[in-house]
Amino acid sequence: MTTQQILNSDNELVLANEKIKLEVNDLRLFYGESQALKSINMLIPEKRVTAFIGPSGCGKSTLLRCFNRMNDLVDICRIEGKILLDGQNIYDKAVDVAELRRQVGMVFQKPNPFPKTIYENVAYGLRLQGVNDRRVLDEVVESSLKGAALWNEVKDRLHDNAFGLSGGQQQRLVIARAIAIEPEVLLLDEPASALDPISTLKIEELINELKERYTIVIVTHNMQQAARVSDYTAFMYMGDLIEYDATNKMFTNPSQQQTEDYITGRFG
Amino acid sequence: MDKLNLTKHISSQFNDEIEQVRNHIMAMGGLIEQQLSDALNAISTSNAELAQQVIANDLLVNDWEIKIDAECTRIIAKRQPAASDLRLILTIIRAISDLERIGDEAERIAKVALESFSSAQQDLLVNLENMGRHVAQMLHDVLDAFARMDVEAALAVYKEDKKVDREYEAITRQLMTYMMEDPRSIPKIMNVLWSARSLERIGDRCKNISEYVISFVKGRDVRHSDEDSLEQNVRS
Repeated sequence: MTTQQILNSDNELVLANEKIKLEVNDLRLFYGESQALKSINMLIPEKRVTAFIGPSGCGKSTLLRCFNRMNDLVDICRIEGKILLDGQNIYDKAVDVAELRRQVGMVFQKPNPFPKTIYENVAYGLRLQGVNDRRVLDEVVESSLKGAALWNEVKDRLHDNAFGLSGGQQQRLVIARAIAIEPEVLLLDEPASALDPISTLKIEELINELKERYTIVIVTHNMQQAARVSDYTAFMYMGDLIEYDATNKMFTNPSQQQTEDYITGRFG
Repeated sequence: MDKLNLTKHISSQFNDEIEQVRNHIMAMGGLIEQQLSDALNAISTSNAELAQQVIANDLLVNDWEIKIDAECTRIIAKRQPAASDLRLILTIIRAISDLERIGDEAERIAKVALESFSSAQQDLLVNLENMGRHVAQMLHDVLDAFARMDVEAALAVYKEDKKVDREYEAITRQLMTYMMEDPRSIPKIMNVLWSARSLERIGDRCKNISEYVISFVKGRDVRHSDEDSLEQNVRS
């Protein structure tokens, strides 16, 4: 699928002028005999925020986890089709999955900092890569915490345990940890669901800044959040991609009745 | 697309709120139709009492605008409507502004009915009556189109406005002739001219409302389009 093939109902190119980071080609996913994703075709533009929305069980988190092969960890999961990252199929046998997961970072719903200091949480990925130079680590920890809008709150207590932070701060720490190893894509699986409203808004603000440097894909069940943070939205239902369009259009005039019904709270 | 997919929100309260605001705008429309009809009647029958009633009732029209506006504001704040719900609320907010102005024009026409006209001048009022009937029909039709969100009906109202404009031009020319023939009658005739102007403005407002209906149903803002593009939008 090329960008020229994605037209919305007004016959406008949905992704005109966008560079494509990820391409999903005829992706089908099975848990044993049950098919969870049905022939998904999608393009994820670079340095934009793409949101996946849909009712529980529609496959949005499943699809998200395909982008960094987290589904490999599920024994009964089988995938057919391709996902191309910068043109290379990530399911190719030659792909180094650890390196893929460095390039494609993930943040989960429940903040999961390591039981270490704030500093060590962020430095962990670098240490795993063999970086031990104190100056380099200090620099990266500082820039990552600044990138995650957390530096000012923790700069005087970098060696405190991460569990002493609030939920919103822990989530931003997790984001700092992810960006410390210089990913290209960030996958956010309901990153603010477990947070209070103010922390949620701070995370949304952060996402807006992060997209300057990273391609972001976010799964959210909060439709207003999807409307606020994303540039493009994909609506999924029962394993199918129902509609994909610019967020502004999706939330003012969706093409599909199902999308309209979901967005306006008529089902879901 | 199901234009009026109104009754099936999971939240029945939201359903009720939308239903109520729709009922209110239809009530406001009904009142304004009555106002225009009474104002025109008052002129043609020189009925000062009816005219005073129209003038007094304009306060009710204003109250409706404020009330409906507040309801829409609450819906936006509470429900964060999206897609067609959002477009419906915006359509209602725009339409009530035009309806309130139509009410103002009806009041202006009623004020003219308080003047007394000589029998010669009464003849002038006949043309006004014709134009008035035409515009009253437009108003009725556009409210009907609004209730059913019927784009074809809305397009028909849109097209009528040209005819109203031509009627206005014709009346203006005629009234100018009278004024030139009898300058003493100028003040009275100016009032008739203002009434014709009011009717022409009502026609414009009905045209606006028809654009809102088409924009809502089609999901595309068709305001300020020319007639051909508007028709294309309706047919697509």
